[in-house]
Amino acid sequence: MKLTTALLGAAAAMAFAPAAFAERGADGNVNVLYWQAPSILNPYLSSGTKDVETASLILEGLAGFDEKGVVFPRLAESVPTVDNGGITEDLTQITWKLKPGLLWSDGTPVTSADAKFTYDYCTHPEGGCAQAARYEGIASIDTPDDLTIVITFNAPKPNPYTAFVGGTSPVLQAAQFANCLGAAASTCTDQNFKPVGTGPFVVTDFKVNDVVTLAANPNYRDPAKPAFATMTVKGGGDAGAAARAVLETGEFDYAWNTQINPEQQAQMSAAGKGVLLNGFGTLVERIEMNMTNPSPDLPEGERSTTKHPHPFLSDINVRKALSMAIDRQILVDIGYGAAGRATCNLVPAPDMFASPNTDCITQDMEGAKALLESSGWVDSDGDGIREKDGMPLKLVYQTSTNPVRQDFQAVIKDWWTELGADVELKNIDASVFFGGDAGSPDTFQKFYSDVEMYANNFDGTDPEPYLAQYKCDKIPGPDNQWQGENINRFCDPAYDALVDELSKTADMGERSAIAIKLNEMLTKDSYVVVPLVDRGRLSAASNTLGGAVLNTWDTELWNVQDWFRVK
Amino acid sequence: MTDTNLGVAAPETLRAAVWAQFRKHRGAVFGLVVLGLLILFSILGPLVWAPEKLTVVEALKSKNLGPGMSHPMGTDQLGRDQMQRMMAAGKVSLAVGFVAMIIAVFLGTLIGVLAGYFKRLDGPLMRLTDMFLALPLIPLLLVMVMLFRDKLSRQLGPEMGAFLLIVFAIGVTSWMHAARIVRGEVLALKEREYVLASRSIGATPRRVILRHILPNVVSPVMVAATLGVAEAIITESVLSFLGLGFPPDFPTWGRLLYEGLEYMQMYPERVIFPGLAISLTVLSVNYIGDGLRDALDPRIRGR
Repeated sequence: MKLTTALLGAAAAMAFAPAAFAERGADGNVNVLYWQAPSILNPYLSSGTKDVETASLILEGLAGFDEKGVVFPRLAESVPTVDNGGITEDLTQITWKLKPGLLWSDGTPVTSADAKFTYDYCTHPEGGCAQAARYEGIASIDTPDDLTIVITFNAPKPNPYTAFVGGTSPVLQAAQFANCLGAAASTCTDQNFKPVGTGPFVVTDFKVNDVVTLAANPNYRDPAKPAFATMTVKGGGDAGAAARAVLETGEFDYAWNTQINPEQQAQMSAAGKGVLLNGFGTLVERIEMNMTNPSPDLPEGERSTTKHPHPFLSDINVRKALSMAIDRQILVDIGYGAAGRATCNLVPAPDMFASPNTDCITQDMEGAKALLESSGWVDSDGDGIREKDGMPLKLVYQTSTNPVRQDFQAVIKDWWTELGADVELKNIDASVFFGGDAGSPDTFQKFYSDVEMYANNFDGTDPEPYLAQYKCDKIPGPDNQWQGENINRFCDPAYDALVDELSKTADMGERSAIAIKLNEMLTKDSYVVVPLVDRGRLSAASNTLGGAVLNTWDTELWNVQDWFRVK
Repeated sequence: MTDTNLGVAAPETLRAAVWAQFRKHRGAVFGLVVLGLLILFSILGPLVWAPEKLTVVEALKSKNLGPGMSHPMGTDQLGRDQMQRMMAAGKVSLAVGFVAMIIAVFLGTLIGVLAGYFKRLDGPLMRLTDMFLALPLIPLLLVMVMLFRDKLSRQLGPEMGAFLLIVFAIGVTSWMHAARIVRGEVLALKEREYVLASRSIGATPRRVILRHILPNVVSPVMVAATLGVAEAIITESVLSFLGLGFPPDFPTWGRLLYEGLEYMQMYPERVIFPGLAISLTVLSVNYIGDGLRDALDPRIRGR
């Protein structure tokens, strides 16, 4: 509650800011801490968040995402939609118009040729562009005049805001990068370390993996912004030290990704030098139920495959009871504090795609017990463990090694034991668990356990590719080297049909209705996926820094031009 | 009255002599007492101290308490009694330390003696030792865990399976130093006159080794063994930290230490108690080893 108020305060302050501080460079220096230090300032050559976000101070796209996941124009005059004619009715073409009079930081004009060049740069066959996915499905880019960019897609594209939208696909200056195409890309040190951009700041000095020094861009399109004359982005340390530097010692104005435990959150915030900002994206910590039998008695190659359905988790009543026995709010309090909230949804955001389902939030231990009783799971031999047809309710529960996850395991084991299940815990080194090595029995794809817990999210604002992961043909198995994304081995023809329908639907209202239905088919209708906590991003901002609003849909420094010093 | 007592005490038995010498070493006696207390704490403690099992919600009400009457060592972030966990953890950590040490010392002495005594075996065995020294421990353990964890835990249950696996893994990867030390010692001993004399009257190698060589290498072996206990306890902590060791709900001192690390600033007792237990064990075992070495060495004893 306190944080929300703080956020509102910051937002309100921002609204009045331009009037009060309408002068570029009036507020001196601002110190930003990225504890993972930036190593390159060209997001096309690195997928690291730290690099992409630092680069977004200098380089901009045609549009960006705001803190609600809504597209807003940056270099473009407005956001093209079907209604304003910017997108054709058949969804195969989008037309962007640049703002007139835009200048690069070196004083030359920004033209549509720069955007076309950026596309060529990233899609060069020898280039190995880290953000190639943003330009997927594009047939051609045409530039009828200096301010117009027409993107034509191979097929109807219901979500065309990928190319040139957001911090991961900014526009590069064609003149600067002309000789850096293809294999030469990574050899262009000057360009990659000091790109010429349109953003609010320009690089003055860059010490790789240590510190970036920046100054206000003299040619920034809004003459009153940014309020800060210089900026220092420092790297090094860890999340705890970063939070301390802002909240306790006040050495820094802003620290990125300060994931610390609730105890530390409370303790550090008490120092009163700053606040923790939280923002919720799509990262959900969940328990996945295995629909296939992971028994080690089965021969290798048949374990956890669709050949053998799970002996008891294929019974929906068991899955539902296991979900009902969990008190999600307690998990949030233990593990995440302000950086988490209880959820029943696999797709918790953006709002238009999130199901209003909150059935699971309240723990119902008695209900869960009754459900098991009524479906034949009773403790017949008095050992505290329920059986049905001679089969005990015995689970192996695995996750990666991580202090919060081990706390969750301990607490959930207590609840499930109370419910009458025998739970064996297992934790696996994260590099092995998420490593995807087809030879290891301990990967989350192989799923050699009954239930497992981890977190996953989707990129951008459109959940379609994410929900499509649960189609029958995405089930991991020995025939596809265990590389499928349908970890639960969930298979429902009705679900597959609905996903196919989603890929053909353009209307946003219908898309959201279908996405919500798909999400519910996986969660409250079947309990195949048991979402626990919606995990937010947590960053720290000093009380003397105004205007910082955490954004989980784009880079955290998305509105740095609006930052100012509170006096 | 004739007295058959000539004023000479009956000859001291070896055991009594060793004990007498051992007692003179103050550090060793201190170590023995401390280690004994730690073992008692771990084994008998749970009989005396057994707070009732609370539900999650009840336990969370008393989370993060400092040391006090109801919880002598405080509670952790989930409201679990630290003392109870320390006792359970001690049992595992001490058992791992000692059993792994016994395996390592047995293997090390065996290979060292064979390599030192039989010239033909020297080359191959020492190259084997070099090979083991060059093996990276963590990847090796990863492979072992991957291959055997499921099988062992099915046969013996998750705890016992993990215990055997860890003890064995630590044992077979830490005997090399002992082997090298023993081999060096044996090479020197076997040229000594009494060994030559024994061989010249036709004693079998087995007898020479058991009767003359082994008693003389006891002191370096003891030093290696004591260091081994400490190392095994620490290696186990590393393994638990990486998730290769015991199941997560199965505390060990090393795991408690790592769990407490995050809360060190606010609740220092969370790391002090397990840290103290590990340090005390290591220290006291080292002192005991020191005392034993003096006591078992006939040249020092009786001086």
